[in-house]
Amino acid sequence: MRQARLRVFCVTKTNHILRGFALSEIQQILSEKNLDRHNDGLLELLNNVTVDDVKCALRETPGEYSLKRMLTLISPAAQECLEDMASQAAALTVQRFGKTVQLYAPLYVSNYCCNSCLYCGYNSSTKFERTRLTIEQAAAEADIIASEGFRHILLVSGEDPSFVTCDYLNELAEKLRSKFSSISIEIQPLSTDGYAEVFRGGIDGVTLYQETYDRDTYAKYHKAGPKSDYDYRLDTHDRTAAGGMRRLGVGFLLGLANWRLETLAMSEHAAYLMKNYWRAQVSFSFPRMRPALNVAENYQHLVNDKELVQLMLALRLCFADAGIVLSTRESAAFRDNLVKLCVTRMSAGSKTNPGGYSGDGNSAEQFEIDDDRSAGQIADMLKSVGKETVWKDWDAGFVNV
Amino acid sequence: MDKLVIAGKEFGSRLFIGTGKYSSNQIMAESIAASKTDMVTVALRRVDIENENDDMLAAIDREKYLLLPNTSGARDAKEAIRLAKLARAASGINWLKLEVTPDPYYLLPDGTETLKAAKALVKDGFVVLPYINADPILAKKLQDVGTATVMPLASPIGSNQGLKTRAAIEIIIKQATVPVVVDAGLGLPSHAAEAMEMGSDAVLVNTAIAAAADPVLMAKAFKQAVKAGRNAFLAGRAAVTTEANASSPLTGFLRD
Repeated sequence: MRQARLRVFCVTKTNHILRGFALSEIQQILSEKNLDRHNDGLLELLNNVTVDDVKCALRETPGEYSLKRMLTLISPAAQECLEDMASQAAALTVQRFGKTVQLYAPLYVSNYCCNSCLYCGYNSSTKFERTRLTIEQAAAEADIIASEGFRHILLVSGEDPSFVTCDYLNELAEKLRSKFSSISIEIQPLSTDGYAEVFRGGIDGVTLYQETYDRDTYAKYHKAGPKSDYDYRLDTHDRTAAGGMRRLGVGFLLGLANWRLETLAMSEHAAYLMKNYWRAQVSFSFPRMRPALNVAENYQHLVNDKELVQLMLALRLCFADAGIVLSTRESAAFRDNLVKLCVTRMSAGSKTNPGGYSGDGNSAEQFEIDDDRSAGQIADMLKSVGKETVWKDWDAGFVNV
Repeated sequence: MDKLVIAGKEFGSRLFIGTGKYSSNQIMAESIAASKTDMVTVALRRVDIENENDDMLAAIDREKYLLLPNTSGARDAKEAIRLAKLARAASGINWLKLEVTPDPYYLLPDGTETLKAAKALVKDGFVVLPYINADPILAKKLQDVGTATVMPLASPIGSNQGLKTRAAIEIIIKQATVPVVVDAGLGLPSHAAEAMEMGSDAVLVNTAIAAAADPVLMAKAFKQAVKAGRNAFLAGRAAVTTEANASSPLTGFLRD
């Protein structure tokens, strides 16, 4: 295993060197717009936005992106206009997605990890008994998920390519395809070939967060392991899309750096992906820092409810057709309110440890969830606010080639 | 009688209904009933076509409405064909609304792949109703390969912008040898009436009804508009002039 890890390091390193001095397009965009490092100039611009500027932006066609529009809508001044933003965002969401919310469930398959992210319960230097589910164990977990009605599943793991391999994923996908209409993954970054391989195996979406777009903050939190390479991670969605993936999930951890600056960088990233990989759909997630095993980090940039709502509304008002995803990290009361605004996809009844659904394992969870209601309860809640639960919005009949 | 005939089947209503975006399957069913439609389209990605107890399918009375499966989400001809065949094998339905929409943002149809898929599916015995851009040449090519209709978009799907492609649709109607169903982008009953007044044979509506505050009432309004538009077309509109036209400006004195 040691050797395997070492090899990963080398490959990453070599790729990094091979890329040489040429920046990838997204690296260049972020660098030219000063979005990949903390930037006081941008903060000043944000603080200078007036309520009138926001009102002016809200008279523009909703759903159209420009960096300036996004900057206006996430400015401190825009907090005065949240009600107007909410009514526009809610109407636009209904127009584009209907009065519906799609549900999915995460399936944690492994908590092995070769990274040392300071905020994460799976940090490789944390000592606890690690688990990777066997194919049979994972399929049994998936059966429980399917029995609750889910047809969309997200396979999640810590980042250790010697445990969660393309072969492992394809073998599992093969078992899951008859029960699930769409299978996505949230695992370590793969090569383009790796993505193409698992795409052919029936996996059609990839969620991968940059964690933070700020290079200095990134370096501070990701000191060791292959993940310490900011650029390789930033370029991942170019590889997922090139590998054929249909659904690309982006996000940053809310709490590590100034959320307004992070949002500007993520928006540029999303706009770049939408323009260049026009056959894939981009969605946004909002992982707010949660308590985790052996993590006692004191975050400087925690995001409060009002700010998170502002962030989500601004994204909808700039990206009419982007998925907006809300996980069980958030509280039931907060989620109940947000589904009326602009959320298009939610997880429900989530277990964030391998083996969590069958209750067999007491394995370590990645973070503590907040909303622990069952899928059925979430569907009832959606109904009570006039939304239809969408369990299935894809079909295994689509060929992944 | 003014009947619409598609592939030998008669339709009493010239309004077809989509099934996405409703707040519940019950509201969907009530809206379908209020529209008095004869045909509803359902995305294969949203249902288990082989399962009659599927929530959405169970809400659609198959005795009353012809179910038109669609391939929304297919990126290319290959995907659409495979999906269509699996659906037919599971359901026995050989009518198909062919949608090849590789771009998930505007959901605009890919003409090249649509033509390729249409050719193969018609050959394979499907009744193919292809969703297309308002492209008169493509419409002709599709008719040549044997599609049962052509379904040009009025404006991007779900956009509610109305008949932005009017000039091209006029040409498609003039040249058509199969029914022309205006699909996508009709946001108001007046838009649907306009399409019918032009001579479209039918329209298909989803978002404008499903996303309305009162979908059932909006479905009824569309029903009335489609009927009014069709009657106006049959009645033959009076000529348009730029100036007011008194009844007999030159010879009126003769009646004095």
